[in-house]
Amino acid sequence: MTAVPAEALAGDRVRGMRRRLVNRMATVFMGLAVAVALLPLVLVIYYTVVKGLARFGGYFLQHSMRGVGSMDATGGAYHAIIGTLEQVGIATTVAVPVGLLAAVYTVEYGRGRLASTIRFFTDVMTGVPSIVAGLFVYAFWVLALGQGFSGFAAALALMILMLPTIVRSAEEMLKLVPDSLREAALALGVPRWRTILSVVLPTASAGIITGVMLAVARVAGETAPLLLTALNFDSINLDPFHGQQAALPTFIFSQASLSAKVALDRAWAGALTLVLLILVLNLIARAVARRSRVHG
Amino acid sequence: MSDASALSGGGLTPLGPSKDSATGGRLGDKVFRGLSGAAGVALLVVIGGIGVFLVAKAIPALRSDTTSFLGTREFLPEADPPTFGVAALAFGTLMSSFLALVMAVPVALGVALFITQVAPRRIAGVLGNLVDLLAAVPSVVYGLWGVAYLNDKIKPVSSVLHRTLGWIPLFGDTGGRYGRSIFLASVVLAIMILPIIAALSREIFLQVPPGNREAAYALGATRWEMIRTAVLPFSRPGITAAVMLGLGRALGETIAVALVLLSNFEITANVLGPGGNTIAANIATKFAEYGPTGRGALIATGLVLFVITFLVNLAARGIVYRSARRLAADA
Repeated sequence: MTAVPAEALAGDRVRGMRRRLVNRMATVFMGLAVAVALLPLVLVIYYTVVKGLARFGGYFLQHSMRGVGSMDATGGAYHAIIGTLEQVGIATTVAVPVGLLAAVYTVEYGRGRLASTIRFFTDVMTGVPSIVAGLFVYAFWVLALGQGFSGFAAALALMILMLPTIVRSAEEMLKLVPDSLREAALALGVPRWRTILSVVLPTASAGIITGVMLAVARVAGETAPLLLTALNFDSINLDPFHGQQAALPTFIFSQASLSAKVALDRAWAGALTLVLLILVLNLIARAVARRSRVHG
Repeated sequence: MSDASALSGGGLTPLGPSKDSATGGRLGDKVFRGLSGAAGVALLVVIGGIGVFLVAKAIPALRSDTTSFLGTREFLPEADPPTFGVAALAFGTLMSSFLALVMAVPVALGVALFITQVAPRRIAGVLGNLVDLLAAVPSVVYGLWGVAYLNDKIKPVSSVLHRTLGWIPLFGDTGGRYGRSIFLASVVLAIMILPIIAALSREIFLQVPPGNREAAYALGATRWEMIRTAVLPFSRPGITAAVMLGLGRALGETIAVALVLLSNFEITANVLGPGGNTIAANIATKFAEYGPTGRGALIATGLVLFVITFLVNLAARGIVYRSARRLAADA
């Protein structure tokens, strides 16, 4: 064995040090990236809470903007909360059965070209911008069918945005159901549709509910499609099928577009209300998900 | 498709069921199968309908346009005669999304790498949830925060950018006026697409076969060298798809941009000064005040946005499907 020249050893040491240094720098960069990513989260939540508390409270939650000027230090989001609950409620009621059935088709029945086409375009549909969904409902429901602006039109747009999310998450959950369960039911002579309804879907239910709740939380904050379908409204409109209707996101948007400070305060209080609503929905989703892990 | 769903997807038929349950079952099966198939087809109809109705309602407005729709910078559909074009809006859309990507991609990849390769498992889970929370904040809240808080913070940054990099036209002279700019919009967009890109790349990094990583370590690689030689090459198609999905999101983002920007229709290469507009934000701010022709013009611009985002998503999904098939073939 020949002796290694001293300068080669020294070169190795220098190279080793450089490699360790690069490794250290890369680790620092990755850590910094996490810090940079979390900073806006902290700032946004901090500002929403601090600024929102200026107007948030019982009065804000129980009054509408009827007859309130932009400079008046009164008014609230009651009408908008009602609108959001109705619009999101209707959207969910329509989107959940349709989405579930579509997922059942692609996982349980579909094997051919149609199923893979549906799956592919469901993926593509997740990428449809929300404003385009709003434009579509305006062009189709409001213009072509002449139905006028309403909370229901807004719900249709929200439904389009929810559907792909629900289908995709339900598909994932259905795929997790062990085939032995299906085979056991089928072997007992249970028809396939009964197997799906009373064995497969209940087994996957917790995961499906989580997916639905997350989809609901996501569309509850959608603003753009509402501006084109329900417009905005400063009074209470309990009827989602007729006339313009407010919603929390459009309430925030319209108040933030005004220059008065009280209007901006109202926007922040609306933002706090909306974030709290979404937080509650997310917490429910997580709780359901946790329960499903224990039982699954 | 996984083996599991292939097996459950029709290969098995119940053996020897009693007579009446078989007939009831067959009818029920037909009905249920038909219903679920119809729901699936409904999805296809909706996505097709979006294209059809946008085209149908855009045509009258496009007919009344006296100038070239694709080339004109002005957007005056309510004028007599109507003159409007999508050029300035498309430029603002692409520019803000591009800048957002430049800022978001390195950070998102850093986050995803830290969570999957560096952090201990317990911390990784918490960090992952926190980054996901970024995606749960509604865009209108980001817009509000962007205009009420971030705008003031972005002004000194803009001024520094101009002083140090002013020779690049992007950061050219704005007469000392900063804020409410495309730059601010793209920072807000970057924050909004970061959790999407991070979450998707996290999934992809987790799929790197442990054997590849261990082989790199066994050859004496440091962690960074392992990431560079084992993790990143394996994940390249997935990362590309994740970035494109983030891009699709940024292109279509409406309300945050609408709140942040003061709309105007000048195409300037400068991104630091007030002004600029995007297709989506323009639709949101102009819709309420426009009449039929104006709204038709907005639908026409929306159609352009739909086509752009559709193509971006199509490409991204195509990459995902191809690499999934390649993985399945390798396995």
